[in-house]
Amino acid sequence: MQSNSKVLMINHEKCTGCRLCEQVCAVKHHGSSNPSRSRIRVLKWEMEGLYVPVSCQQCQDAPCLNGCPVGAISRNEELNRVEVDYDVCIGCRTCVSVCPFGAMHYNAIDRKVAKCDLCDGDPQCARFCDVKAIEYVDGGDVSIEKKRAAALRLSTVKKQATALEQHTA
Amino acid sequence: MALDRKIAYINLTTGDIEIKPIPMEVRKKFLGGRGLDAYLLYNHTKKGCDPLGPDNALIISGGILCATLASATARTHVMAKSPLTGLLGSCNMGGFFAPEMAWAGFHHLVIKGKAKKPCYIYINNGKIEIRDAAGIWGKTVTDAQWAIHDELNDKEVKSLVIGPAGENLVAFANVMTGVKNAGGRTGMGAVMGSKNLKAVACRGTMDVKITHPVEALEYNKKFIEQITGAKVSQTQGTLGTPFIWGATNSWGGVRTENFRYNQLEYADDIEPERIDEIATETMGPYHMAGCFGCQVHCRAQYKIPTGKYKGKYDEGPEYTSQGAFGAEVGCRSAETVLAGNHLVDQFGMDNLETGSIISWAMECFEEGLITKDQTDGIDLRFGNDEAVLEMIERICYRKGWLGDVLAKGGIPASKDIGKNSFDYLIQVKGMNNLHSDERATPALALNIATSSRGSDHLRSRPAIDLYHLPEKVLRKIYSTPVPYDGPLSSEHTEYVGKPWQVFWQENCYMAVDSLGICKYHTTFLGATLPNFENWPKVLYLNTGIEMTPKEIWEVARRNNMMERLFNLREGANRNDPEKGDVLNHRYHDEPCKRGAIDVIGRYIVKEKFDKMVDEFYEHKGLDKNGIPKKSTLKELGLENEPSHLL
Repeated sequence: MQSNSKVLMINHEKCTGCRLCEQVCAVKHHGSSNPSRSRIRVLKWEMEGLYVPVSCQQCQDAPCLNGCPVGAISRNEELNRVEVDYDVCIGCRTCVSVCPFGAMHYNAIDRKVAKCDLCDGDPQCARFCDVKAIEYVDGGDVSIEKKRAAALRLSTVKKQATALEQHTA
Repeated sequence: MALDRKIAYINLTTGDIEIKPIPMEVRKKFLGGRGLDAYLLYNHTKKGCDPLGPDNALIISGGILCATLASATARTHVMAKSPLTGLLGSCNMGGFFAPEMAWAGFHHLVIKGKAKKPCYIYINNGKIEIRDAAGIWGKTVTDAQWAIHDELNDKEVKSLVIGPAGENLVAFANVMTGVKNAGGRTGMGAVMGSKNLKAVACRGTMDVKITHPVEALEYNKKFIEQITGAKVSQTQGTLGTPFIWGATNSWGGVRTENFRYNQLEYADDIEPERIDEIATETMGPYHMAGCFGCQVHCRAQYKIPTGKYKGKYDEGPEYTSQGAFGAEVGCRSAETVLAGNHLVDQFGMDNLETGSIISWAMECFEEGLITKDQTDGIDLRFGNDEAVLEMIERICYRKGWLGDVLAKGGIPASKDIGKNSFDYLIQVKGMNNLHSDERATPALALNIATSSRGSDHLRSRPAIDLYHLPEKVLRKIYSTPVPYDGPLSSEHTEYVGKPWQVFWQENCYMAVDSLGICKYHTTFLGATLPNFENWPKVLYLNTGIEMTPKEIWEVARRNNMMERLFNLREGANRNDPEKGDVLNHRYHDEPCKRGAIDVIGRYIVKEKFDKMVDEFYEHKGLDKNGIPKKSTLKELGLENEPSHLL
């Protein structure tokens, strides 16, 4: 099968802080509403109106994978994700301590580490996020929208500069 | 699962805490949230209890669907006897508190007694602790919440708090959570203050098990699409509730200069687009926030652009603040609306009551009923922006003679001010009206007159009455889940059929308040949003409870009757100007002066109004005096109240 290049793209500027992503993640994986089980979390700075969803980046050179002493973490090319084999995992939480994003989660109820598995190709967080702060897109498209926005800014500035030149001439 | 969430009885005098399960029998009879709160209030208070005394019961709850996959199940409800009205006190707010309380194991708290010194309640995964609040007392709404984070060393704690207004027993003090989620109206913050209770803090990681998770997830998706697919939700998600302002003000539905006019002229500066332009430049490009699990995201975020409070962050302003600190007080400045909104949020004080009582004082001042000596020299005329902001602060801290008097609420203040000041007070049952003017809209007038917590739009307002929907659309909405073949009119200035609409909406809002869903997700502002027909499935998939639309309707009727029983017990009486289902005489005597051509000259015809009340009572199963018939109580299973099931 051809390898999947889709990735979870998070644009925190769009996030409204509602935490529905946390809820659907927990229900999908555990059948319970309980954010402490969610693999995605929204961090908030409420007095600045800043809400930032944080989830696994599915790193290419993943510290969790590299750091796992028993080789329980591997890369699944088909789903373009880093995954945990719970039959091998010894629950030492090394992966939790080395993840630079805090995205490797430790579920204190089941005493297991947990991370985003992209819901096997249909991530519920992206599916339910109406404002599209979380999207599931082709890896190659991640930066095109940023390029478009930058291009628009440049052209606007250029137009303003031209107008100013004409005005002062 | 949701049904294993418990009820806790907390006595702040003795420190005793008792935890009980909520029996299925009680769930099926009242569901939860506001409905079950009404039952608890009736059962746990005695007739005539002092609202600010230790015997008053402060009840805090989430709905039965709280924290489940039912879209916007964030609502927290608080109930007690009101220090503002002496009748039912009740408020409902969004945010993240109630879900956190559910994850901590509880759906209902009944708090009685009075702590010897300032305290707060901390609930963590089933355990309840009463803690010293010495380091938190005196702090503003947001500072108090962050101080609790620091003290407990946990930023995930969600707290319901009072600000200085609640501590100072301002009769219309709020309970608050987050930056601006406000449990407003009827002074529940003062009840907390009277108990020396600064906050209830919750933290929970307990599963709320979903009965049918796969199906619930799929149905929730459809449910959300039905909600966000409505144009009204999209507009609300872009501008917040201020989107209503322009239309309402232009046809003449905004109370202006207390009650002199029904429209604020030259008010472009407080239009939402203008506020957006000046107040959000430092925010992100979307600057809207949502409550737990909600895809409508109607809370705008702003920073005050200029003036004394420049750079302060807040949320809103809601449509109500445009009225409270705009039209009612005759001000036309976005800066005043934003600053006023910020002050009441920080003080924890009801924006509607605050704006309304200041505007009433302004009219009294201009009519010579309040002197300049009594205002400490403040020129309390309409349109004086500085005076409005000054008075907000004076009320919160009860500064000066007038600040202290107004903090008692409208009716007591009218007794202190004397003369004929009561005639100018736009109130029902002791609670001032919001900033809407109902002189041209009989349905809305009936709604505020008969609402269980006083002059209010969130208990029974048929807001879609303003849309002139075709009669067959109205009939489709208003004849489910129980048949109705009486008259209905698309015309908002009409009187016929309106009592049924108000009765239907009263049950609809009670149902959402008991389920724990937000009103913006039902037939309130949008005619296509979910209601009785959609709720059984949501209830079943999330909790396993099987109920028909008709059964949910019956629960809503029962819960509304419970509230009426409470009000009747505490002295409500149909024609009492202070505690009755009546309007200020000005609704009948002073016609609208401004607005649309079919609005100018309108007033509420007293005889027709009385007939509407009669008809409304008939729908509810009450006699001519508004007292439930024996047969009605029997039908609703309320003939033996208080029945002490819980």
